[in-house]
Formats: sequence, C-alpha cells, structure tokens
Amino acid sequence: MTDFRIKKHPILPVPQDEPSISFSWQGRPMKARMGETVASALFANGVRIFGRHHKDGAPMGIFCANGQCAQCTVIADNRSVKSCMVPVHEGMSIWPLDAKAALPEYSPQLLFHAIETLDTECLICGGGPAGLSAAVELGKAGVTMTLVDDKPVLGGKLILQTHKFFGSIEACHAGTRGMDIAKALEQEARSYPNVRLWTASQVLAVFSDRKAGILREDRYFLIRPQILLVATGAREKSLVFKGNSLPGVYGAGAFQTLVNRDLIRPSENLFVVGGGNVGLIAAYHALQAGIKVKGLCEALPECGGYKVHKDKLARMGVPIYTSHTAVSANGEKEVESITIAALDKQWNIVPGTEKTFACDTVLVAVGLDPVDEFYHKAKEFGLPVFSAGDAEEIAEASAAMFTGRIRGKEIAKMLGRAVGEVPPEWHKTADILKSRPGAVTVEEIPGDEKGVFPVFHCSQEIPCNPCSSICPRSCIVIQGGDLMGLPAFNHANCTACGQCVAVCPGLAITLVDYRKAQELNSALVSIPYEFPGSTVKAGSTVTVLDTMGNVLGNVAVHSVRSSTTASKVLIVKVRAPFEIAKKIAGIRIQEPWVAEPLEEKIIRIDDDEIVCRCERVTAGQVRALIRKGVRDMNHLKAQTRAGMGSCGGKTCRNLIRRIFSEERIPPAEVTDFTKRPLFMEVPLGAFAGVYGGKGPAKEETQPRRVSALEGGV
Amino acid sequence: MSIPTYDAIVIGAGSVGLPSAMFMAEKGLKVLCIDQYASPGQGCNKAAIGGIRATHSSPAKIRLCLDSLQIFSSWKETHGFDLEWKRGGYLFVAYGKEQEKSLKELLAIQKAAGLSIEWHGRDELLNIAPALRPDGLLGGTFSPDDGSACPMLSACAFYEHGVSLGLTCRFNERAERVVVRHGSVTGVQTGRGNYATRLVVNAAGGQTKEVAQETALAVSVQPDCHEAGITEPVQPFLAPMVVDIRSMPGSKNCYFHQHTNGQVIFCITPDPPVWGSDRRETSGFLPMTARRMLDIMPRLASIRVRRTWRGMYPMTPDGSPIVGRSSAIQGYLFAGGMCGQGFMLGPGVGSLVARLAAGSLKNGDEEILAELSPGREFGKAEELK
Repeated sequence: MTDFRIKKHPILPVPQDEPSISFSWQGRPMKARMGETVASALFANGVRIFGRHHKDGAPMGIFCANGQCAQCTVIADNRSVKSCMVPVHEGMSIWPLDAKAALPEYSPQLLFHAIETLDTECLICGGGPAGLSAAVELGKAGVTMTLVDDKPVLGGKLILQTHKFFGSIEACHAGTRGMDIAKALEQEARSYPNVRLWTASQVLAVFSDRKAGILREDRYFLIRPQILLVATGAREKSLVFKGNSLPGVYGAGAFQTLVNRDLIRPSENLFVVGGGNVGLIAAYHALQAGIKVKGLCEALPECGGYKVHKDKLARMGVPIYTSHTAVSANGEKEVESITIAALDKQWNIVPGTEKTFACDTVLVAVGLDPVDEFYHKAKEFGLPVFSAGDAEEIAEASAAMFTGRIRGKEIAKMLGRAVGEVPPEWHKTADILKSRPGAVTVEEIPGDEKGVFPVFHCSQEIPCNPCSSICPRSCIVIQGGDLMGLPAFNHANCTACGQCVAVCPGLAITLVDYRKAQELNSALVSIPYEFPGSTVKAGSTVTVLDTMGNVLGNVAVHSVRSSTTASKVLIVKVRAPFEIAKKIAGIRIQEPWVAEPLEEKIIRIDDDEIVCRCERVTAGQVRALIRKGVRDMNHLKAQTRAGMGSCGGKTCRNLIRRIFSEERIPPAEVTDFTKRPLFMEVPLGAFAGVYGGKGPAKEETQPRRVSALEGGV
Repeated sequence: MSIPTYDAIVIGAGSVGLPSAMFMAEKGLKVLCIDQYASPGQGCNKAAIGGIRATHSSPAKIRLCLDSLQIFSSWKETHGFDLEWKRGGYLFVAYGKEQEKSLKELLAIQKAAGLSIEWHGRDELLNIAPALRPDGLLGGTFSPDDGSACPMLSACAFYEHGVSLGLTCRFNERAERVVVRHGSVTGVQTGRGNYATRLVVNAAGGQTKEVAQETALAVSVQPDCHEAGITEPVQPFLAPMVVDIRSMPGSKNCYFHQHTNGQVIFCITPDPPVWGSDRRETSGFLPMTARRMLDIMPRLASIRVRRTWRGMYPMTPDGSPIVGRSSAIQGYLFAGGMCGQGFMLGPGVGSLVARLAAGSLKNGDEEILAELSPGREFGKAEELK
C-alpha cells in the first residue's frame, strides 16, 4: 500500500520505526502512528475524502486541521468526531460521515460528576508564542495562573515553524526555528509552580457571570479568573472561487500541520494561492518535504510577504504569478487542477489569460483574522481582559512573543505584584517586530574581488538582525540603528566562519571567498541549504541562481558541511566563475518543467463558489439576497443557514462581508451576525458531567476539592 | 411634505407583529410595520424553539393555536415556502405520581375542549419516543396533532408574503412615541420619522410595556429571560416535543424536540424566574439543562451542543396573552404578553388582530377577546403555561 508519510526531511527528525497502531477505514485495515490524529492517519493512508455533506452530497475533506471547522468530521467508533483533533487508537473503526450521523445507542446507566468551578488569578487562552511568553512573565511574578490550549502539545503554530525566526536574538530567539522556541518557552513556563498548563483543553465560552467554560479532555470545568488574557492566535481567511470546497483545497496552516507536525506528505503537486508570508513559507516547507510546487499566485502586483521569502522560493524554481487570482479548483471528487488568471487594475479577470496547472492540492493563504471572540465577550461582560499576539493584531510570531511578555508584565502589575513598569523600549521593540516590510532597495553587489566577505541578498527592510548579532568579529552592522535596517559589511576581519550564512532566516547571505582564486581559477561561494544532504554532493553539478531566481549557470559543488552553529543548515560551497560568484544567491531545487501549465485551459462550469462550508451556501445565493435588499446578515442566515453551521460563522462571516462590499453596499448599512456561544460543538454529556462519555467510576455529587488544581498537565 | 399615512401601524416585526401586519395587508389595509432591529424576527422570534401546540388549558389559547397550527401546517402547500413544519406531537412525560396526577387532571379539560390528546402508559410512550429512559416512567399525555416549525423561516415567510401584499416594513427604527390626540391614536413617531394612522398595534413582545407607556397606558407585561440551546443535526430519532414538568433545583421544567433538519432544540423554565431583559449567556444553563435532559433521555449524552442563546418571555400576571383594544385610547390595540408562546400564538393572534382591525370578527372571536382583554382582572395563572 502506498504510504503518504515523509521519509526524509532536512529539518525534522523522521521516526524510523513502522507505524504500529491498527485501525480500519470503511472496514479496510490501516496503520497509524501512536498519538497521530485520525485525519493525519487517513492522509498517511491516502484517504482525503472524509465524508459527504448531508445537504448536497458534496465530498468533504480537511480544511483547517485546527479544530475550528467541522469539515473533516468522521464517524470513529460510532461517534462523530473532528478527525483533525482526535487521536487514533488501536482498533478504532472509522467510517466516513455520509449525510447526518446517527445518534449512538447509549447506556442508560450514566454516572455524573459535579461541574467544578475553579478560581485562578489569570486565565490565558492559548499556549502559542504569545500565551507562553505571557505565562513565563506571570510565572516569574508569582501569579497563580492557568493556561489552556486545545492541542496536546504546547507552542501553537510555533511547532509548525521549521524555519528560522526573524527579529532579534535577544527579543524573540531570532535565527532559531519556531519548533525549538516552543520547547524552550514551554520548559521555562513549566519551571514555575504557580503556572498551571492545561493541554488538550478547549475554551468553549466566556459567560456573562465572568466564568469561562472549559472542556479538558472531555471533562467540563468552569474557571473564574480575575483577569483573562486572550492569546488565541489567528484563523486563516478563505477565498471564494469555483470548486473552493473540493477536498484538496485547504489552508496553508492546515498543510503545515499535516507536513511539519505530523510528517504527512499530503500532496504530490501543490499550488499556493496568496503571497503573504504564510503562503510563501508553506510553499518552501512543501519543497522541503519533497512536494512539487507548481506555482504561487498573488492578487496584488507584489507579494505581501517578506521579499527574502519570495526570493528564496523563486530561486528554488517556483514561479510566482503576481496580479493573478484563482479562478477555479477543478475536479469532480477532489482537486485535479487549478485555473488561475491575470487581474486588471479593477480586480477583474483578464479574459484569455487563464492558465491551468495540474495539481492535487490548492493551498489558500490569503491572510489571517484574529481569533478574538473571547476578548469581545469578556469586554462586554466586564471581565478584565487583555489580548496578545495575533489575537490582538496579526503580525509575526516574533511580535507575538514580545507582546505576550508585555501583557504578562502588565497583568502581574494589575494583580498587585511588584514587577515595576513595562520598560518603554519593550513597546518600541514590539512595534518594530510588528512592522510591515519596508521599501525594497536595489541589491548592492560589492565591488571587491579579493579576500572573503558576505554578500547580502537582502534588499527589503524587515525587523531582523541575527546576522549582526551572531558575527563573532562584529563585521556586520544593521544600518539605521534599529532592527529594520539592512545589514552591511564593515570590512573588518572576516574569518569566513559562515555563521551569518547559516543563521540568516531568509537564506539571503552568501560568503564569497577569493582567497584561493588563482589556484582554483574561480571563487568559492558558500550557500545555505535546507534540503536533504543526499540531494547535493561534493563534485556534483548544481544550477545556481541570482536573488530573483534567474539562472546564472551550472557550477561544481566543492564541499558540503553542516553548520556548527545553526542546526540542520548545510553550507554548500560551490566553485563559481568570477563573473557570477557574487550574484549567486541559491541553488535550484525544482526543475522548470515541473511548474509548467497544462496546454489545455480548464474552465469550471459548476456554480459552486462556496461561502458557508458548513451549510453549503454559495456566493450566488448570498449575492441574490443582497440584490433583493437583504442588509442584515442574520436575515441572510435565517434564509440560507449561512453561519448557522457547526463552526458558527468563523470563515463565512468575512466572505459574506466581502460580497456586500463587492456589491457596493456601504458597511454602515450591513448588520453583522449575532455572536452566540459555543465556540465549539461539545457533547451534551460533558455539560452534565458525564466524564469521557463514560462517567466516573461512581456517582460524584460533590466537586472534588483539589482535583483539577493539580499543577502541570 | 405630507406625513405618510397608514391604515394601521404595527410596532414590532416579530412572532406576533409580522403575522398581524401580514393578515391586515391581506385584508387590503395599508400597513406599516416598524422594528428596532435590522430585519424580520430579530427580537425574540429567533429565540423561540419552534414548538406549536393547541393543547393548552385556556379556551382562548386553544382556539388561537388551532388557527396557528392550521396556518403553519398548510403554509408550504398554500405559499410554496417551507417553514420546516413537522407534525411530531407533544409528549408530556410523568416520572412521578405528582406529574401523573397533574397531567391527568389537565387531560380532562383538554379533552373537553375537543383536543386530540390521550394518556398513554409506559410501553406506549416508549413506542412514541423510544429514547426515553424506561425505568421510572409512568406514562404521559400525547397530542399527535401538535408540532413544530422554524421560527426564523416563519418570520421570513410572513414578512415576504406581507410585502408581496403591499406591507411596508421599516427596520432599524424604534417607535419612540404613539401620538394620541383627544383620546385617539393619530400616529407614531420614531427616531427617523413621523407616520400618521388611526390604528396602532403594540406587538413589541418584551418591550410591550415600554411602548405602551409612551401613551401612559398601564399594561402588565414583564419580560423574564430563558436560555435555550441547539445541537448538531443527527438522523431522526425523536418525533415529538418532550416535556418534563418536574420541578428541580433551578428549573421548573425542561423540554426539547428534534427539528426536521435533525437538530435537537432545548430549553428550561428557570426557577425562580430571571426577570428583566438580560439576554447574555450564563454559565449555569448548560450543566443544569444537560443533566435534566440526560435524566429522561440518556441517549442524548453524545449529541453535540452547537449553540445557546437567551430570549424573553413577556409575562402577564395570569400567564395569558393580552389581545384586544385598549379601553382608554381609541385605536390602540394590544397583541402582547404572549408569555413565551408568541411564536405558536402568532399567526392565530395575527389573523384575529386583522379581523378586529377590518371589523370582520368571526364566530367565537368575541369570547377569545373577552378572555384576553387588556382590561380583564388578572387572577390565577394558567396551569402548564
């Protein structure tokens, strides 16, 4: 049987043992790894259609891989569950959710426990970069606090971030990989006895009596905090195009979860829609996982993400189509291709510019929205509340760590701890870390052709300085005095240690060495390389490219070594002719033929631009009602059920608002959805105190006094 | 500029206001309906859980709800708009002698009123609703002709049908004042305009009293708040609305049904009542209600709760609605105080309001109006409201 697991990865450790858990899908025996989610186990076995929608029989697959939607619901051991959240276990019998689930028969002998209310000084929702950083500060300050996170492993999206971080080393671990930062933060937070960390625990609601309802591994609790910190991160925005709900169209974050957390290879051929950092990085992660990337399109004339990310991708051989949009994902049961087309200045598709690419997966990476429901509820209910990280403002994880720290200190102060004021420079650093990328300047190629020196293929101001911090001889300075400046070489005595090459998160520094120029009749260029070592060997020939991805020629590999300072980076030294040596920025990974469009253009006819995935409401339906005069989204909801589904309008709300704006309805005329709990669907039994669906061993009428107050997980 | 003039102005585009306005439009009246919210049914209509029954004990409510049942059940056939009507019946269960006694006493009255309702023993009840907890079940009453529909779709349907008949609705507009001259209604002032009329219908639900006081009319309608919830859809397993009338700590009763689309909708009556119009979610509702529901239907343990909300029950002292003309002000008509049954009473009350406005009362209407008169003595509450 084909196995869709990643077998080798340049960054991530790949388990070598065979998957040992036996489960079945539609009665067919399959194997999974211990701790793996049902969704990942199914993907690993080549299954990506998880059910059919009860309304129109449309095939359903994974969408958010984050427990936010319910597109991936399956029937596991007779219960309908979100496959992306539930771990597979030995003997599990899994079936697709075709139409509506049948309510399982149940033992009438239920046992109940009382629902406990726990007090805590501070409740943090979310254990990502912001939440963990705040927990560290609160831990230091001696505040009794509880952090709740819905995943089994803390770190939030940090654990998907196999790339090195931007920012500064001292503020946010720049140059270190996100997944390693997550471990460090968790370890530090755990070192404080007053910090209680609850994993696999979901905040369901913040109530008007200022308690938060929390489901911890199937057991329901109420937590009554004095202060709430919402660090729930972001959710991915979506996009309306034909075929946008076919299995195989999903978020870039979902993809990173499958690939980087679960080491699944969910795709052979991928196309990315959206040129922000998320899309650019996801495409890079795909290449690292051995997935072919057919291209990336971005509606704007320039990618919104960091130029170094874009350049890196272009160099690896991925075409980037700016001013292009997705017209349709094509295929009957799942994605078989994507059609894109150019946009004119009025955002209309230019007829005749359509291109179709064969691919099995389309990643939608069109931006993020703060997950701020609990923040607004707490505000409304008069519960003192703060937010940090993406829940406050969408920015890089480096900024999230820093705002988390600031909030932690502010909360400790508000709770009367003698922590002093937040240093003013913290706010400044936070602002810098949140900065959008600045202007692009022309890349400067140094004139020297002797000695050894770094070349910076870095021509856009972004908040980043690890190259400067790491250089043992202080040869690199960041111009302009803050993190945003571009690096410059100050001609001090570079020892060619290569640490700058290895640490740069943008893989944008090469080291050009002319010291053996005469002897070799060429320069030696050190290039950072984050692909498996087996793909580049001393003596072999590689195609080298300039910053923008233009081919400079084929050169011989002189040597390959691991970086001594930056983990998992290889330094590939190539022997380059003098005329191209300083222009070399990278090594081509993907051959050009891979990314060629199909000769035939596929135009999808079906009217299936889905706005509300839960209830299968199309853009056409929404548009028709708006044209009929509907201005209240709740009225729209009543008629179409858009927003009434499992997820509660998490994705469709913005898509509907966008349709209103496309229809030129002023925002002031549009009434928003009324927001009601719950944040997540939870079995009724949990609220009644039926623990784990089975109940406690004996009836508990009184709350256990300390039960849940045990520290740690 | 002349002031727009209407034959009637309805304050409130909800469960009662919309059908009232629609039926008046059907009678050829030029009607304006005003609501403070942005679209039809955004007050407490959408908070209703959708149950519709004629099996009350008050004659007026029985008759009005029989009319409503007729309207809900035939709407799709007549107007082609699916209200998700389901004839699933109402099942009042007895797990104790006390409930058995009350239900049987009430049964006599209901049967006398000609309603289709019977007492069934345990086994028969388990045929009607197999998911009920069998042990301890004594029996219950079942009325097969009752049912449920979707409140939100009903509001949309009544609105659209009304508009097709010439009804004007103005949303995001709050009735500030009912203008009265020499003891007669002459118009309505809102935050956005003035409208002339000789007939005002106060169908403001939870705000009935606030609206009435604009004219210094005394009316005893006090909202109390109830919380409700809805689950994910599952395959049909429960036909009737199940009502458990046992009083338990925090609640007087508990009821739930499975909607046509498979979702289970549930509610309790808080005890003591929560007076006021606070519609914010509370942490106590789900644990209390879930425990009650599982007590009579353990199979519900694994159904997933999707959403909860809160709505107002506009209560009157005797638990019966207030429908009819004000004796103090000419042209002022009450259609309020539905005590949480606005959705099921709405179409019945609406058609009565229209007959009253058009001067075309039918046989039996006078008795209903006498029973629900705004000027009546408010005495003892109806049983099993």
